[in-house]
Amino acid sequence: MSKHHVTSTVNGEPVEFLCEPQETLLDILRDQLDLTGSKEGCSSGDCGACSVTIDGRLVCACLVLGAEAEGRKIETIENMAEGDTLHPLQQKFLEEAALQCGFCTPGFLVAAKSLLDRNDNPTETEVRYWLAGNLCRCTGYDKIVKSVMDVAAEMRGE
Amino acid sequence: MHDFAYHRPQSLEDAANFLRTAEDPLLMAGGQTMIPTLKQRLAAPSDVIDLAEVPGLVMIDVKKAQVSVGAMLTHASVASSPEVQAALPALAGLAGNIGDMHVRNRGTLGGSIANNDPAADYPAALIGLGATVHTSKRQIAADDFFTALFETALAGDEIVTSVDFPVPELAAYMKFDHPASRYAVVGVFIAKFGTDVRAAVTGAGPCVYREAQMEEALTRDFSPSALADMTISPDGMNTDLYAGPEYRANLVKIMATRAVEAALKGGG
Ligand SMILES: Cc1cc2nc3c(=O)[nH]c(=O)nc-3n(C[C@H](O)[C@H](O)[C@H](O)COP(=O)(O)OP(=O)(O)OC[C@H]3O[C@@H](n4cnc5c(N)ncnc54)[C@H](O)[C@@H]3O)c2cc1C
Ligand code: FES
Ligand code: FES
Repeated sequence: MSKHHVTSTVNGEPVEFLCEPQETLLDILRDQLDLTGSKEGCSSGDCGACSVTIDGRLVCACLVLGAEAEGRKIETIENMAEGDTLHPLQQKFLEEAALQCGFCTPGFLVAAKSLLDRNDNPTETEVRYWLAGNLCRCTGYDKIVKSVMDVAAEMRGE
Repeated sequence: MHDFAYHRPQSLEDAANFLRTAEDPLLMAGGQTMIPTLKQRLAAPSDVIDLAEVPGLVMIDVKKAQVSVGAMLTHASVASSPEVQAALPALAGLAGNIGDMHVRNRGTLGGSIANNDPAADYPAALIGLGATVHTSKRQIAADDFFTALFETALAGDEIVTSVDFPVPELAAYMKFDHPASRYAVVGVFIAKFGTDVRAAVTGAGPCVYREAQMEEALTRDFSPSALADMTISPDGMNTDLYAGPEYRANLVKIMATRAVEAALKGGG
């Protein structure tokens, strides 16, 4: 079938791509735009390894069609560090050992950032509620949740 | 996924036209069920018709006696709407506990009810509140809308546009959720309109239904103790790796009791 010509903004840069209707946004990011930080875990919306934001809203890129990106602003894990300077969440995940194999980590970081962009004083319950769509098979979550709480406290200057 | 043509009609009429003329069309709302279905090759549409740009489907209108929600409103928008939280907290709470944040940012009211998953949450609210579904062709009472497992009264070229929820005196929804997906293993929506009580059950059977003996008992006495001696039959209830019919039957009673308690405390 005919390819779609899609114009969107990815990590602040204007981007154009051609996509088949059945290609997902995750396929486009990884295979065409070489943004391989977003991972494919389940491909069915369960694990959150593919978390990105579209117009500021957290979504699973595996459940978005590439063609839907037309005119939208997409942000991925690649936009988190500034040059060599890690985002405070990335730094804290390293310090607190909030990752083991690391497969879930980009998704958790994108999701946690989207929470802290809205609410810099979340309760533990709010952090767990917000991150419920991100699964980790290694860490047991406590270190991840603690890291997010700690970064929020630092952002508030505590 | 199989190959298909992707369309983004700019009007309800154009969307309905695609449904009438394409060989094997499928509507798409947020894709949260549709895309996984295509990936599993359970469907192979010739044409996917995305409702994202059809005007008028993203609206909330809250009046004293009625909350109207557009078909393309996401679960996140319903959950976070201050007007819905104030007028119908049970509905806002239900929407806020569907799946997870990612799914709530894309999944829609229209997609959820058109799909009629036996474990979905919204069908319980529509039946529990006696809602009215508006479509591109007509109005359908919720009691006539959900017909069987994954089946609804919608015609092939019919599009859900909005749902009107009457505002009750008291209401609450309680679910025992699957810990991974958060779909309802059993969910019960209880609503009281004056002397009329409705009790809708999702997750337990192949399709959402009203539990008549609960409605009668709660009409006589709207209190948790009215349900204490009730036995719910497991006949015909769902069974899966997670829960068998007897377990689900017991959950119906427990969730209903909790919903009555919550409704008396102001809903949620
Ligand atoms: C990981 C995960 C967890 C979930 N957990 C829950 C949960 O806990 N509780 C729950 O209730 N749901 C849950 N869901 C389902 C989710 O809430 C969506 O509402 C549901 O998948 C429908 O998605 P959608 O709105 O994106 O519709 P789509 O997937 O785009 O469409 C679904 C179906 O409805 C049809 N359709 C869509 N819009 C219309 C319309 N306006 N008129 C007529 N037909 C239409 C489509 O053709 C398609 O057949 C979960 C989904 C995922 C992926
Ligand atoms: S890969 Fe998208 S949610 Fe798992
Ligand atoms: S660190 Fe391995 S899945 Fe989370």
